[in-house]
Amino acid sequence: MASAREEILQRIRDAKVPPARPVVRGYDRTGPGGVELFAERVADYRAIVHTVTSVPDALKALAGKRIVAPQGVPHEWLIDGVTWLREPLSIEELDRADGVLTGCAVAIADTGTIVLDGGEAQGRRALTLLPDYHLCVVRVDQIAASVPEALQRLEPTRPLTFISGPSATSDIELNRVEGVHGPRTLEVLIV
Amino acid sequence: MARNPVTWLGSPTFPKAAKEALQDTQLRQNLRKATGTIRGRREAAVAEMTDWEQLRVAGEQIKDDVLARLDTLLVQLEESVTARGGVVHWARDAEEANRIVLDLCRAEQADEVVKVKSMATAEIGLNEALEAGGVHAIETDLAELIVQLGDDRPSHILVPAIHRNRSEIREIFQRRMGVEVSDEPADLAEAARVYLREKFLTTRVAISGANFAVADTGSIVVLESEGNGRMCLTLPETLITVMGIEKLVPTWQDLEVFLQLLPRSSTAERMNPYTSVWTGVTPGDGPQRFHLVLIDNGRTATLTDSVGRQALRCIRCSACLNVCPVYERTGGKSYGSVYPGPIGAILTPQLVGDLHDPQAASLPFASSLCGACFEVCPVRIDIPSVLTHLRAEVVEAKGRTAESVAMAAAAWMFREASRYEKAQKAGSLARFLARDGKITSLPWPGSKWTSSRDVPAPPAESFRAWWRKNRG
Amino acid sequence: MRVKVALFATCLTDTFFPETARAVVRLLERLGCSVEFPLDQTCCGQMHFNTGYRELSKPLARKYTDVFGSYDYVVAPSGSCAGMVREVHPTLGESPPRTFELAEFLVDVLGVIDVGAWFPHRVTYHPTCHSLRMLGVGDKPLALLRAVKALDLVELPDSTHCCGFGGTFAVKNAETSTAMLADKMTSVLSTGAEVVSAGDNSCLMHIGGGLSRLRTGVRPVHLAEILASTEEDPWLATR
Repeated sequence: MASAREEILQRIRDAKVPPARPVVRGYDRTGPGGVELFAERVADYRAIVHTVTSVPDALKALAGKRIVAPQGVPHEWLIDGVTWLREPLSIEELDRADGVLTGCAVAIADTGTIVLDGGEAQGRRALTLLPDYHLCVVRVDQIAASVPEALQRLEPTRPLTFISGPSATSDIELNRVEGVHGPRTLEVLIV
Repeated sequence: MARNPVTWLGSPTFPKAAKEALQDTQLRQNLRKATGTIRGRREAAVAEMTDWEQLRVAGEQIKDDVLARLDTLLVQLEESVTARGGVVHWARDAEEANRIVLDLCRAEQADEVVKVKSMATAEIGLNEALEAGGVHAIETDLAELIVQLGDDRPSHILVPAIHRNRSEIREIFQRRMGVEVSDEPADLAEAARVYLREKFLTTRVAISGANFAVADTGSIVVLESEGNGRMCLTLPETLITVMGIEKLVPTWQDLEVFLQLLPRSSTAERMNPYTSVWTGVTPGDGPQRFHLVLIDNGRTATLTDSVGRQALRCIRCSACLNVCPVYERTGGKSYGSVYPGPIGAILTPQLVGDLHDPQAASLPFASSLCGACFEVCPVRIDIPSVLTHLRAEVVEAKGRTAESVAMAAAAWMFREASRYEKAQKAGSLARFLARDGKITSLPWPGSKWTSSRDVPAPPAESFRAWWRKNRG
Repeated sequence: MRVKVALFATCLTDTFFPETARAVVRLLERLGCSVEFPLDQTCCGQMHFNTGYRELSKPLARKYTDVFGSYDYVVAPSGSCAGMVREVHPTLGESPPRTFELAEFLVDVLGVIDVGAWFPHRVTYHPTCHSLRMLGVGDKPLALLRAVKALDLVELPDSTHCCGFGGTFAVKNAETSTAMLADKMTSVLSTGAEVVSAGDNSCLMHIGGGLSRLRTGVRPVHLAEILASTEEDPWLATR
């Protein structure tokens, strides 16, 4: 008897689907972009947005908190007065943290999205998932105008997380409410 | 061959199920409210896009290309996933897929697994199969959890508990979680958070579906809102992803189309809160064992139908359900399948693959052909055309019936104007049944009409009779 | 030059609503067209095709081409029959003549909005699904109605929602069809209109049949009859 793999592939060939027309990409691949649009669209998700000139100054509000700082976070972000939690961290330690501070790989102005790829200042995925508060620093040069532009900048084989506002659900009467399993507060600092 | 569990065993035909559902005023109210809300929001989210039509066309064409090259793209996906440390499994049908997943769970010695909402696993009845094999599956999506705790069935693709309002959900949570909770959506969401937290932190095996799989990179994509998906895709040691073989896109770039089409069509957002992308296994981040189970379960049979195969373009957004006037009134359970609404009416019977099954055969008729579904479909599935195409197949499968005899007689009559005119004249005698210019009661099958509607009495003179007299 | 038009009355209107077809003739002639009614016409085959009797609909589509093939313009007082001809007949192997729904013929071909009609009643308009989505007739019927003297046009809430007719759907899924009809009637009644109009007698027969059963007193009147009505020759409630 043929394997399931062989049988399925054979059934597909037997279906003799004719070749498709070439794909016409008539849609916009760029967009107006810009810091203001990004800030406005992030805020639409009820995330907190600030535009700042100095990250360390903006971080003073974290004083007294236990905040996860992934590898690669710039040294000057690790201000005094905050208990910085560094890897290796267990699931329990992450669960008990007050929050997490990260950078990002790319942001998308059109949709108000930040994308993490596990690179510098982002860490593995669990770090930004278990703490209930996520503070993300976005540099202006990281903001892509559109979804197509952002995807072009990303390396697909890295573990990617696209984040658009805090955790939410539309499962009760199809209306959006914030706050289920992911961080219930998302704060974005645009530098 | 085992029965395809895409339809629920013992479900009545659509008209019967709908008749029952229409009696439920609470259901009608819940659905009207929810679909009305999402319809307006989707319209606004789409109106914001100046290139929506171009995106739809690109979405349609990319998916058609996938269907045309499905064999090579699947092999390519298998190679890319394997190269990144994943293991790919193939399943001809539901039974085979369920056995593969159960064996994988047993190999991990797991008696409990957490699940991300997935249509593919609902279609194959995975939870029931795992339960029978001693593995308990915990649904972590809020709506799926509501369905699971309520011992209920899903009624919507995106929001399986759409038929429940907040106070019903509260009652289910209080009964099954043993907690006091208000009917505020935020409180209900908090109750689910607390209930599932421990499970996320301790369960070692997770099962997910996939919204998209990128053939050339081997990347799997899951869109979600709550973060339950991220929990399942990140914390357990082993991840098993079950997906239909048609969920592919050829390249990473193609995702730029679908990541714009899907959120706006589905939850009416510019972007859903969380989208996770992973490729095989990443050392030090997330599950270290990854299995991808590719299921056919009626898809290759659907592929052979040149008109019907467009149903395989579906990205499960559920926009067609939300605009469907039939769905809005009957709810999803009347369709007897995890795929309800307009897309269900064309996909379910094709996956079942047996139009002699009266329930499946009734689904293509569950539509007034109003076309609202086609108008909103992000991948331009011409649902009305597929419906009439499948109706023709049902008629053929049924052979000679009272209806087919009557239809043949009517067609014979219409083929010649003289016969048609004679019938008109004979029919106009029916005006003697009328009172005040209307007929209020006809024998069967006319009674199906007159149960709620009057019929105008035929006029003494047809238009053609008038024309002949005055203009001929 | 007079535009020569063939009227495709449709079997339903020919048989049950002759006053609509007579109104189309009056209206088009008033606008300078010469109207012909080929007596060999019967039915476009829509009921057969939509119910799954594709093969039985083929000879009817062929007959339509034979009967109307020599005309430059065919006009039908029905969005769904015009849609059947334009969108479906080609899939049955036919090359049908140019066939228009009445409102699009008036606006797109004749280029008129004000047809010189007079209709002193409060009217609400149901756009019908096939006119709206198959033919893309859009706001043309509303533009025509707005130009009618003495007519008080009131917007129909949720106007684009299907009335629940759907051909044989109305009997095969009678309960669901009736539930849809109930909501449509609620919308119609909420407008306080005396007349509900549409460009399709099939939907009007359904909506009107429900309104009549409830003895609401709201009359279904085809768009053609409103547009044909003038001060000199006004529409009369014949039924």
